[in-house]
Amino acid sequence: MITDAPRIITSRFDRADSHTLAGYEATGGYQALRKALSMGPAAVADEVKTATLLGRGGAGFPAGVKWGLAPENVWPRYLVVNGDESEPGTYKDRLLMERDPHQLIEGVLLASYAIGCGQAFLYVRGEMALAQERIATALNDAYASGYVGKNILGSDFSVDVVLTWGAGAYIVGEETALIESLEGNRGMPRLKPPFFPAAKGLYMQPTIVNNVETLANLPWIVTNGGEAFAALGAETSRGTRMFAVSGHVKNPGVFEVEYGVTTFRDLIYAPQYAGGILGDRALKAFIPGGASAPWFFDEHLDLPLEKVTVDRAGSMLGSGAVVVMDETTDAVKACLRVVRFFARESCGKCTPCREGTTWLQNILQRIHDGYGRPTDLDLLMDVSDNISPGITWPPKQTTICPLGPSAVSPIASAMQRFRPEFEARIAQAEEARHSVPVNITKASSHV
Amino acid sequence: MARLTNDNVELAREIIGCYPRPKSALISLLHLAQEQDGHLTDEAMAHIGELVGVSSAEVLGTASFYEMFKMEPVGRYMVNICTNISCQLRGGEELLAHAEKTLGIRPGQTTSDGLFTLEDVECIAACTEAPCLQVNYRYEHRISNEGFDQLMNDLRDGRRSDIPPHGVLAEIRQHIPADRRAGNVTPEDTAIPVWVAAAGEGEK
Repeated sequence: MITDAPRIITSRFDRADSHTLAGYEATGGYQALRKALSMGPAAVADEVKTATLLGRGGAGFPAGVKWGLAPENVWPRYLVVNGDESEPGTYKDRLLMERDPHQLIEGVLLASYAIGCGQAFLYVRGEMALAQERIATALNDAYASGYVGKNILGSDFSVDVVLTWGAGAYIVGEETALIESLEGNRGMPRLKPPFFPAAKGLYMQPTIVNNVETLANLPWIVTNGGEAFAALGAETSRGTRMFAVSGHVKNPGVFEVEYGVTTFRDLIYAPQYAGGILGDRALKAFIPGGASAPWFFDEHLDLPLEKVTVDRAGSMLGSGAVVVMDETTDAVKACLRVVRFFARESCGKCTPCREGTTWLQNILQRIHDGYGRPTDLDLLMDVSDNISPGITWPPKQTTICPLGPSAVSPIASAMQRFRPEFEARIAQAEEARHSVPVNITKASSHV
Repeated sequence: MARLTNDNVELAREIIGCYPRPKSALISLLHLAQEQDGHLTDEAMAHIGELVGVSSAEVLGTASFYEMFKMEPVGRYMVNICTNISCQLRGGEELLAHAEKTLGIRPGQTTSDGLFTLEDVECIAACTEAPCLQVNYRYEHRISNEGFDQLMNDLRDGRRSDIPPHGVLAEIRQHIPADRRAGNVTPEDTAIPVWVAAAGEGEK
């Protein structure tokens, strides 16, 4: 269902001065901060809890609940902003940082005020030079105007917001890896349990890690109230959410839509959104929530963009990345590219992920290149089963973080659906192998 | 020889001062060294180790984990072409092949004039603008083969002054004015934040 829900986080995107302090102030900027200072920290946290704002980074954990996980009376607490957007297909946090950096900063201030954080770290992906510049400028201006720093707007609330650049590593989007990186280390995830960041995170202190889009919602929630936010959307998924629709569509773009009620069909086919498939071709498959998500097909088009509904249907909304593949797509090639990503980005800490993703890539590469073996599909499943036992959804983990298992679920879903395509590729290779001497040079070099 | 210059040491001290623990500044300082020299030299990494109080092995340990840090000289322009799924579907691999042919190099290599280094990169968050690439981490959206050739010519002929040489990342830095600073919060600062205490929520 397409609704006329307000644009909550992209409301300034059409303005040329959306990234400036003047533009932000002219459109209600920093009014939520003023309001919050008169409400008190607990009331701000309550509004966010009432809003039932789900984290927008990928896991979809309620932000208000996450804040509440910090142990009572343990100080100091830190806030870390995850701006390391790098899940393939995902394109929204960069826009929020480039086009409306003050909205994010105000969100950081509101969260810091509510949880009692006196120093927050805003970690922006290394490859995003413009986002870093826009946030640096915005912070410099906000400090100068008294919105950030010591005794904010004359109150007793003080917080420093420190901008930090990443340096290129997908795994740093995982919150404990992000904390490691922020401590100056290799970005390798920490084993949890025993410690979750909310209890022991940065410098082993209670640390709340929130995604950029999650925090960008806070000014609106504080201004309009948690109930107004919760009135939008459906079921567990409230408010609005940004979705990037890419791949074989006529009008690829990033759209803020009402969460929980808009469907995949709306997003992919509606003229005001992606406008249908290129050349009006047929849909082959689509990725509903980033490269880690199992693929969806025709029969899933009418599912609403609602967290639990999509989870139950066997995939996830993840980071709001919808990648559309039309009927001309080579499933083997697409699977290979997805797996190669995970193999390249594995941090190497856990064997099933480090070795498993590499083997998945090697096997898919030879199938793709025309040297596949009849036993390869079973071998792929066997390797997958070793990375994630049972190949279930949600995937079981043999590893410290979900990266390795994330490589398994999407290719398993694709292989199940398009098995004949994989088999045909292998059969061609077999034929070539046996038709001596026609392809003898090519085949013999690979057997 | 390639230790940080005096100006950069001053900047490094300012950056270190923004963190409760000096080692947290490591990645930012590595970017600073790369900005100075175009890549990371052993001397600069050793110098950074001195500044934050860790061994040069630890500095290398961190640096070598991250894709953006280059231990060897690279071209003046890093040309990073995305071939991940959204770009693959819209011609990213064909664009890479065109780039290889045009520049006469494979991913990871540098042209003999030292101008261009080509990389075949993972998703750079411009998925709706595929195929896309970055030059020194500045975006080019929906780029065609002709557009690519034009871009290379413009860079070669110095018509893209908006793109600084490799190593320079953000050209605007955060500077926290001394009179506005709240100050670092270290793990030893175990007092209840004043605004929380004032609201009578210390028990929370």
